[in-house]
Amino acid sequence: MKTLWFAWRYLWSRPLTAALNVLLLSLGLASVTFLLLVGAQISRAFERDLAGIDVVVGAKGSPMQLILSGVLHIDVPPGNVPLATVDALRTHPMVASIVPISLGDNVQGFRIVGTSHDYLRLYEARFAAGAPWTAPMQVVLGATVARNLGLALGSTFAGAHGLGTGGHVHGDSLYIVVGVLAPSGGVLDRLVLTDTESVWKVHEDATALDDDDRAAMQAEREVTMAFIRYTTPMAAMSFPRFVNTTTELQAAAPALEITRLLSMLGLGTDVLRAFAGVLLLTAGLSVFIALWGAVRERRADLALLRMLGAPPAKVASLLLCESLWLGLLATGLGLLLGQGCAVALGWMLALDQTLLVGGLIWPTALWLVPAMALGVAVVSALLPAWGAYRVGVLELLQ
Amino acid sequence: MIESRNLAFAYPRGVELAFADVNLAQGGVLLLRGPSGSGKSTWLALVAALLAPTRGTLTVAGQSLGALRGASADAWRARTIGFLPQKLHLSAALSVQDNLHMAQWASGQAEDRQRARAALEALGVAEFAQRKPAQLSGGQAQRVALARAVLAHPQVLLADEPTASLDDAAAASAVNLLLHTAAQQQATLVIATHDARVAALIAQQRGGLASVHTLQLEAGQSRTAHAYPAHAATAPAQSALPRSGTGGHA
Repeated sequence: MKTLWFAWRYLWSRPLTAALNVLLLSLGLASVTFLLLVGAQISRAFERDLAGIDVVVGAKGSPMQLILSGVLHIDVPPGNVPLATVDALRTHPMVASIVPISLGDNVQGFRIVGTSHDYLRLYEARFAAGAPWTAPMQVVLGATVARNLGLALGSTFAGAHGLGTGGHVHGDSLYIVVGVLAPSGGVLDRLVLTDTESVWKVHEDATALDDDDRAAMQAEREVTMAFIRYTTPMAAMSFPRFVNTTTELQAAAPALEITRLLSMLGLGTDVLRAFAGVLLLTAGLSVFIALWGAVRERRADLALLRMLGAPPAKVASLLLCESLWLGLLATGLGLLLGQGCAVALGWMLALDQTLLVGGLIWPTALWLVPAMALGVAVVSALLPAWGAYRVGVLELLQ
Repeated sequence: MIESRNLAFAYPRGVELAFADVNLAQGGVLLLRGPSGSGKSTWLALVAALLAPTRGTLTVAGQSLGALRGASADAWRARTIGFLPQKLHLSAALSVQDNLHMAQWASGQAEDRQRARAALEALGVAEFAQRKPAQLSGGQAQRVALARAVLAHPQVLLADEPTASLDDAAAASAVNLLLHTAAQQQATLVIATHDARVAALIAQQRGGLASVHTLQLEAGQSRTAHAYPAHAATAPAQSALPRSGTGGHA
């Protein structure tokens, strides 16, 4: 204990050097923290949001756009497809289940998704209050939506046209809240879920001139896309090709598209990782130089400790503890800074209701940060501690 | 207290320093004299068990130092030897009080604040306990360093050039302080010095030159392999050469 106390006093006997080293080391560790937090959350969010979806069918265009818009809800969809075409796939022997997705409206920027109860089952949605819809115009709110819009069971609201704020408000068709979901950390949190029927109804009510017109519109009903689950993994080989060549739809495999996306993002994270590595290396060097200087400067003081009866290991431990203090301080500061950056990023992203990234969580991988700090502290203290260990008492007597 | 027979130490390069026999009783005062390079440091290091004799025997405070190595030497030194270095080496990062606490930590004792306080009080520097060494005068700093040296009530107090670069008055008070402190602790005092004033000052305090024992080392001794044992003799100061090995008066 006393060793730690004396090491602490020695550390702050040169406050500028100590502060610089803590700062350098903190910046490196903050970068690592940030990378780990964001990386863990993005890959976890993708995994969770993509789970149980073998293939997505929708309008032709970019397959990645289809996944980003329909599954992760961070892009606009390429267009709509006729309901009949999607329904025709239900009889395909390789199709186990189909979940329709209809996009088009929003409430203050939160997407209203027309779908079936299968969507709730797909994500194993848990209700904080209420129950699934039983009729059109009833909605179930994601946890974030309910909190941000201040809506509760029984509240009513009107949707607006489009996927961003500022669209035409469908004032005469009001939705009523019948359920609120528990927070899941996934895409559900920021969606308003309702029956597919509701989306059609809103637009038909708004635009139909008479009953004939309405009947014509009902015959041409569309959905934006559909999630499909295969009966057999073998379907992955042939089903997408079947869809792409014989129907007006395109099939996109989420796993494939996300791998592509992550490999594109990977370049960015590689740069960040290298940056963090350089920072840590610089910090380590700086700590080493400071400690080495301290040993040179305090050679005689250290020798005196030996003269007073301190074994070499005790003298060396003083240097090591000084370095460990730096590591400890930097770990605290670095974690705080990294978490802060993640919170800031989450806040920025939450503004356009896209990916859910935040701070103040502790994935297992984050233990890497204190481990790295310990590593840097120990490695950079090794030589100085050895120098202190070897310090000759005889110098004192010359 | 300090007893040596045919003591010699050889550095790895083969140069051997041979020392005259010493027999100093508890509470005695030994003046270790000689120019730079004559082996003063080596002799002090031998007595402090920092070096092991390569030849002869050395017994300090009842402990034969020939076989003492490593951790047990460190532990023995912590218990037995108090050391006042020439440059004091008070830690600038720590307060006066913490410098003493650090000495206790270094010697493996539990921190004893009262004892540290008492040591500072005995040397009249208790009021500076919270100050940093840089805020002390030279004399105050030396008192603090002396308090640190006698903190563990050592049986042997080694002082290295305690009067170097001091004027006559300061040198006198430094020597008086050393003698007084050693007497109070009933410690055997060894003063290594090339300062001619020290012998006279000690004689003044202790009632005559005869009471002061001197180990006079010759320059050039270190370059000669055990050829001149006769040149180094334990003798009272001022080159008078009565029998060696009489005990000092406490």
